[in-house]
Amino acid sequence: MASTTLQEHEVAHHFDDLEQEFESQKFGMWLFMASEIMMFGALLVGGLFLLYLHPDAFAESRPHLDWRLGALNTFFLLTGGFTMARAAGFAQQREQGKVRTNLILSLLLACGFLVVKTIEYKAKFHHGLLPGHAFHGEGFTSLHAHIFFGYYFVATGLHALHVLIGMGLMIWCLKVSKRVQFTRDYYTPVEFAGMYWALVDLVWVFLFPLLYLVG
Amino acid sequence: MTAHVHDNINYLKTSKGLKSWLTTVDHKRIGLMYLASILVFFITGGLYALLFRLELWTPNKDFLSVDQYNNFFTMHGVIMVFLVVVPGIPGALGNFVLPLQIGAKDLAFPKLNLTSLYLYWLGAILAVISLLAGHADSGWTFYAPYSLSKNPAVMWMLTAAFLLGFSSILTGLNFIVTIHKMRAPGMTWFRMPLFIWALYATAIMQVFATPVLGITLILMLVENFFHIGIFDPALGGDPILMQHFFWFYSHPAVYIIVVPAFGIASELIATFSKKEIFGYKFIAFSSVAITVIGFLVWGHHMFVAGQSEVADTIFSFLTFFTAIPSAIKVFNWTTTLYKGSIELRTPMLYGLQVLFNFTIGGLTGIILAILSVDIHLHDTYFVVSHFHYVAMGTTMIAFIGGIHYWWPKMTGRMYNEVVGKFASLLVFVGFNTVFFPQLIMGSQGSPRRYYHYLPDFQIFHQISTIGIIILAVGLFTALINLLMSLRRAPDAPQNPWGARTLEWEFAETPPVLFNFKETPVVTHGPYEFAKEGA
Amino acid sequence: MDTTKSVWLPEQASTFANSVDWAFNLYLWISVAFFAIIVVLIAYFVVKYARKRPDQLATAQIVHNTFLETTWTAIPLIIVMALFVVGMKGYWNMRVAPSNAMQVDVTGRKWAWSFDYPKEGVSTDTLVVPVHQPVRLRMTSTDVIHSFFIPAFRTKADVIPGRYHSLWFEATKTGVFQVFCTQYCGTNHSYMWTAVKVVTPDEFQAWVAAAADPSKGKTPAEFGEILYSQKGCVACHTVDGSTGIGPTWKGIWGISVPLEDGRSVTVDEAYVKKSMNEPATDVVKGFQPIMPPFQGVLSDKEEDALVAYIQSLK
Repeated sequence: MASTTLQEHEVAHHFDDLEQEFESQKFGMWLFMASEIMMFGALLVGGLFLLYLHPDAFAESRPHLDWRLGALNTFFLLTGGFTMARAAGFAQQREQGKVRTNLILSLLLACGFLVVKTIEYKAKFHHGLLPGHAFHGEGFTSLHAHIFFGYYFVATGLHALHVLIGMGLMIWCLKVSKRVQFTRDYYTPVEFAGMYWALVDLVWVFLFPLLYLVG
Repeated sequence: MTAHVHDNINYLKTSKGLKSWLTTVDHKRIGLMYLASILVFFITGGLYALLFRLELWTPNKDFLSVDQYNNFFTMHGVIMVFLVVVPGIPGALGNFVLPLQIGAKDLAFPKLNLTSLYLYWLGAILAVISLLAGHADSGWTFYAPYSLSKNPAVMWMLTAAFLLGFSSILTGLNFIVTIHKMRAPGMTWFRMPLFIWALYATAIMQVFATPVLGITLILMLVENFFHIGIFDPALGGDPILMQHFFWFYSHPAVYIIVVPAFGIASELIATFSKKEIFGYKFIAFSSVAITVIGFLVWGHHMFVAGQSEVADTIFSFLTFFTAIPSAIKVFNWTTTLYKGSIELRTPMLYGLQVLFNFTIGGLTGIILAILSVDIHLHDTYFVVSHFHYVAMGTTMIAFIGGIHYWWPKMTGRMYNEVVGKFASLLVFVGFNTVFFPQLIMGSQGSPRRYYHYLPDFQIFHQISTIGIIILAVGLFTALINLLMSLRRAPDAPQNPWGARTLEWEFAETPPVLFNFKETPVVTHGPYEFAKEGA
Repeated sequence: MDTTKSVWLPEQASTFANSVDWAFNLYLWISVAFFAIIVVLIAYFVVKYARKRPDQLATAQIVHNTFLETTWTAIPLIIVMALFVVGMKGYWNMRVAPSNAMQVDVTGRKWAWSFDYPKEGVSTDTLVVPVHQPVRLRMTSTDVIHSFFIPAFRTKADVIPGRYHSLWFEATKTGVFQVFCTQYCGTNHSYMWTAVKVVTPDEFQAWVAAAADPSKGKTPAEFGEILYSQKGCVACHTVDGSTGIGPTWKGIWGISVPLEDGRSVTVDEAYVKKSMNEPATDVVKGFQPIMPPFQGVLSDKEEDALVAYIQSLK
């Protein structure tokens, strides 16, 4: 599959060899993910605390989120995680074409996620289920439903931002795949995009039950 | 990689012009740019302090209005914490020294390193915008709900702090990877200089604690714009939650601030005593131990904030454990002097000051962990003074000592030794004159952040204000002394201090573009002075 | 001079003061001892082992000493654990109010304190308590976080909007003691002072009787003057003609003042009352609309008294 016009990757000047470069970059990526997990972890702890503070607001607001749409989005993300893992596998086997197919599949799944998210957001806007002062939902007995929706928009918004960044990484991988030959020793971009997508999945796996199922 | 002609010349001369500096990925140049930027903000933050200290000469209005005073202490705090002491030693000295000390050609991610610097600059620009946008007056702690008053200056400040946090995370990440993966042959973990261990412990805190500050600041901004009600009690939120989030970062941040200073102190004391450091492994691990404990003690900032008594008790208990590694470091440094060959050069004078000031800073910290006593001392000048004994007396003094120590390596010039020593003496006297009276004033019950105070406290304020003038003169003298050396021809030898670490033994003064003409092979520990010349 | 005042600590006036000061002084001497040992050793080593020739090496390379290291780990550990126990005991005592404590409700607002005695049915801006009587303060804030600190009592607690936080003490001697706000709360944070006046039980009863109807035997203007400080007007409005956070009250009655929106208005009863209840509506030119509304806080009688007081300030 490998096209003869593709170049081999060149090791950066300050590394001794490809292995050192790859190991360093992968380690750096893990640290970055750990940092992201700390950030989302704090956000989740904040969410749990709000749930503890205002259980009535959560119980009353949760039915306004459609768990079926949430489940569909969970499916999109996790399947995207699977195709990203396949892309990384194929990259090691120098199967440039299959790498691209899987990257495009992942991109489509990510787009699916965003489309569903947009539908959900639109419904919230329509019913006035908005954060803070903008909240004008009807029929709520809890005084704090605005907090639930405030948290909902912040948490899912920040997550959606990470989905967009993940998609950017996929597009970057597609670009690199046209220029550089992936090999067993050099498949770093695909590996990183996959790791990043795993993070996006992981965060969602916690957000989904907190927002859609609990309470 | 093929060697270019310019690879073997001094890094300051490889290319010329502003653009070559702004686009460089050389860790040494990035370090120098950090150094220059941090010194600019240190002077700015210092001027704010000087002005409000002068205002405090009498209990009532002298020349600043109460709003100006509130704005000035806020600007002083934000600038000094987020733009000076947190990024200071890692950004400037860490960047320059780390690859040299472990025998690497550069940091693992040179472009990311430049990105960190640009994020730092961007954060700095936003802080300046905040200055122009009005009076940020929330204090550096941004406590809700006061900080939720939609003051645009506070919002710019929050955004600035967010970007600076991001910069800090990327620097930490870069350091950890570099230390793990880029050490020269023979540079085992226990042959690493203690400065590297300290930077390593710091980097762990930067990577794991800063993101929590990030999310806190995001939530604060969203709260300001949309009034979600997470922190604002008027909307059903909890302001104490904000404090938990804030201190979960900001307590480790105090260790981000001070641990690198321990590293520099170890370098200075060992080198200028020509002595192997006493208890190397303990000092190395104590930095890491402080890191771990540092994540578990944030609640001690909230003993009067209404968390549960059980939580207060647990946080107090854990806080006492930070005392042990800190105390042992002090004992180890003192013991290192025993039977040494001690030379009181300028950097060493700062090293000894660190030892002196940190002993006071540490001891005054332990008393704040005693629950019943803390209730009285909380939010008084005692806490202000304790914090400054650590952040200024330990960190900034170590930073200045480190600048004097590595100055010849960075610039190729020696500064005037007599002037340097004189300045360090002024700094010592000035610093302690500023902050020692504040300990007494605080335990007598004077609250902090007070524009208007009881006349009983005036004498302490006046001594403190005299102190800051001495301190300012000392710091200014030191700065001029360093800058004057740049006018001379390069005259620094490769290893003016007889140090045993790689940057002095192997690298030229100033180092070549990729640090070493050939990869160094390490055969001895960082402080093996007995084998000198062998 | 008060014998309980020392170089480091203010006078003692509550049952906590003794134990807090005991812990403080114990620790002070431990740390002085540690500090002295360290500084003397540093000074001695620096002089004794000063480098005399440029090439002089250290006379010994000592990197390890198990005995020393064990000792200086163990001793501080024992000391800090003892300190922990001392501090914890004192602290739990401070947190648990005796059941016979008298209750006072404290409200913090920018930038004044007010005290309500629910049982006695009186309100005041200076805390008055009987000596040797446990008092429990139930505190909350109407705006931002404040902190209630009585140095002579060695006690302090944050005053938090949206929740109640309590603090108790038992005063051990009569007198007037300083109260500070110690949590930064905006412009006039450092002016947010009041006092706690400790009196004998008889004096307390007399004070309650007088405070129950503060307007009794006073003209409206005199009552207004009391309200001026009691309700916190004093934090922003001066009565001597100098400019504060808000316009001064001296000589403002009856004149025409320019407003922020360009109109002018004559300061009469209607305008003064409107400014109390809807302060943001007609703001005098040159001032910020930051005054909290007093709608529902002041009774009609109190409003009239304040109007009379302003009228009296020529």
